[in-house]
Amino acid sequence: MEATADRLLDLIRPFKGYDGATIPVLQAIQTNLGYLPPESFALIEQELGIPASKAYGVATFYAQFRTTPVGKHLIKVCDGTACHVRGSVTILTAIRDHLDLKDTDTTTDKVFTVQEVACLGCCSLAPVMMIGETTYGSLSFEKSREILDGYRAKEA
Amino acid sequence: MDTTTIMVGYASCGIAAGAKDVRKLLEAKAAENGARITIKQTGCLGICYDEPIVEVHDQAGRWVYRKVNERKAERIFNEHVLGGKPVEGFLFHELSAGGREPKQYVFRQQQRIALANSGYIDPENIDDYIARDGYAALRHALLESAPDTILQTVIDSGLRGRGGAGFPTGQKWSLCKKSRGDLKYLVCNADEGDPGAFMDRNLLEGDPHAVLEGMMIAAYVIGAREGYIYVRAEYPLAIRRLRIAIDQARERGFLGRDVLGSAFCFDIKIKEGAGAFVCGEETALFASIEGERGMPRIRPPFPAEAGLWGKPTNNNNVETYANVPWIVRHGAAAYKAFGTEKSTGTKVFSLAGKIERGGLVEVPMGIPLREVIFDIGGGIPKKKAFKAVQMGGPSGGCLPAALLDTPVDYESINATGAIMGSGGMVVMDELTCMVEVSRFFLSFTQKESCGKCTFCRLGTLRMLEILNRICAGEGREGDLEALEELAGLIKSASLCGLGQTAPNPVLTTLKYFREEYEAHIKHKQCPAGVCKNLITFHIHADLCTGCTACVKACPVDCIRGLKGEPHTITLDDCIKCGSCREVCPTDAVYTR
Repeated sequence: MEATADRLLDLIRPFKGYDGATIPVLQAIQTNLGYLPPESFALIEQELGIPASKAYGVATFYAQFRTTPVGKHLIKVCDGTACHVRGSVTILTAIRDHLDLKDTDTTTDKVFTVQEVACLGCCSLAPVMMIGETTYGSLSFEKSREILDGYRAKEA
Repeated sequence: MDTTTIMVGYASCGIAAGAKDVRKLLEAKAAENGARITIKQTGCLGICYDEPIVEVHDQAGRWVYRKVNERKAERIFNEHVLGGKPVEGFLFHELSAGGREPKQYVFRQQQRIALANSGYIDPENIDDYIARDGYAALRHALLESAPDTILQTVIDSGLRGRGGAGFPTGQKWSLCKKSRGDLKYLVCNADEGDPGAFMDRNLLEGDPHAVLEGMMIAAYVIGAREGYIYVRAEYPLAIRRLRIAIDQARERGFLGRDVLGSAFCFDIKIKEGAGAFVCGEETALFASIEGERGMPRIRPPFPAEAGLWGKPTNNNNVETYANVPWIVRHGAAAYKAFGTEKSTGTKVFSLAGKIERGGLVEVPMGIPLREVIFDIGGGIPKKKAFKAVQMGGPSGGCLPAALLDTPVDYESINATGAIMGSGGMVVMDELTCMVEVSRFFLSFTQKESCGKCTFCRLGTLRMLEILNRICAGEGREGDLEALEELAGLIKSASLCGLGQTAPNPVLTTLKYFREEYEAHIKHKQCPAGVCKNLITFHIHADLCTGCTACVKACPVDCIRGLKGEPHTITLDDCIKCGSCREVCPTDAVYTR
């Protein structure tokens, strides 16, 4: 726990005196730690004077922020309009099924987290998903499974 | 010594299609072959359906290759770059210096102003931009003209906001210019939240300096010293290229103190959005930059008087700014030569959905929808019938085939009940259920409502509940009237554009596809075969050739049948995903 607090302080302190720091500081924490640990909010209040309630309000308002840890690979499955009419719901089902996800979004071995997102802006290649910062387009059932198997193989 | 330049299309769409491996291979081959071959990256030409794109520029001119993979890249390198003989079979003929006449023309009806450089320059190299008259407009404005003259040019050009509402840009600038205050802000809205729209991403990835130059000219006119670009965090490549562009512009003295030796001082910061559709609304966007939840504010005061941090602020979207340098360079009359009387110039549209040639097109305002979708976009794949085009995203509407001759300009599109929006066009075919589509949009706006106004927060939820019921086969008499009543209330009692337009997808589908709603409610049928509770999948024994394509595609292995014999679906196991129907070459799969 101590280690997390130290890490958090290192990430929060550079934002002292910064205008409109709430979102950038939360982004910095999430980029480095993958999510916003619960103790972030009290430390943001202590260091930057932004009330913890406000920081938490901002964190839960925006789609980007997460208050629970994610797996090593974050899979964003696009459900924008173009992907939707080209069967993204089926792709999402296929991926969740393949990773054996039932009520959770993260696999038990913490390798994958699956998230449905609004639009990744690669509509001409619909349906699309993004793993980390890599975008995969023109997905089918089989193709999405092959891509996941590729990531799995690298883990083994 | 002859030199050959190879350009690899390296925007998000190209990379997603496999440009990374192609580039790596070409770079390795070039390294083996000495210094006379240069490899460059470029943005997107707009023909996303043909990515990855590779161009070879040799003595004969420009040769564009489509759908390049490593195998094709190897042949292009060996036969064309080394051997001097273009590989005819891989060419995109319309843009190539030689080869046969193209079967179809994609660029002939287009007019590129905002997209003029995208796909032609390396977006990470300021010299490429300058070589194509980049920063000439800024130089002219600062050194040879005056803010009032430039403002008049923008007013005369008739340029209107490309983000959706179509407010005259010059008038907006003029209001902010008149506002008193020693500190004014300039904001660029790059929070392209419309699902189905990607023109801003492409502009930022393909020609970031044009957007920066447009902002600089606006700042000069208005008297702003600080600028912000509010860009979606979902666009990492656009953010990276913007950062590079801003650094390069600073190094060359286009940003910072005393720009180009004039008294003009201006700098630009990037703010990464955190994912909220409502932040496309400018007052919500300002709140987000300030570090607050993105909730709209009551107007007046208008942003031109009190915007970001309470100071006079001008906000335009990416495409609007990208048009400005061209207008300043060529003059208002040249811009007005394109388009219609009230909607001047060109507009970039992103074509996606059930369309043959998905990508970006830039056309003069006023050309009919049909030309954009069928002539340039190539129409609907797999010989399916056109059903609707969705324009304007969650704030827009779905237009039927009967309206395909509507000209694309602000007034004509608004008259249909849809909106121009930022230019997303999602095409739908006969296998798209319009009730489900309107449910999809409502679920989006319901999730994205910031919660400030009761009618938007709860009204959209009530509408969504009704639509969910209709799609589940539990629609009731009176549902459609209830939807219309709620829609009217939400539109009139919401503070910002999100709520005011959220009912549009439902209203337009009720207007143009009412019989489809009625089929769901009265007959418990989904004519398009989408709503799962209302359909079962079957295979026509007469049409099935036993090719096993559906057997392989089925994710739950519920299709049985030997090769060459008609297949059957085990209904108990079927999850109704439609994969079999997608892959069937003979249309033997049907729903009832």
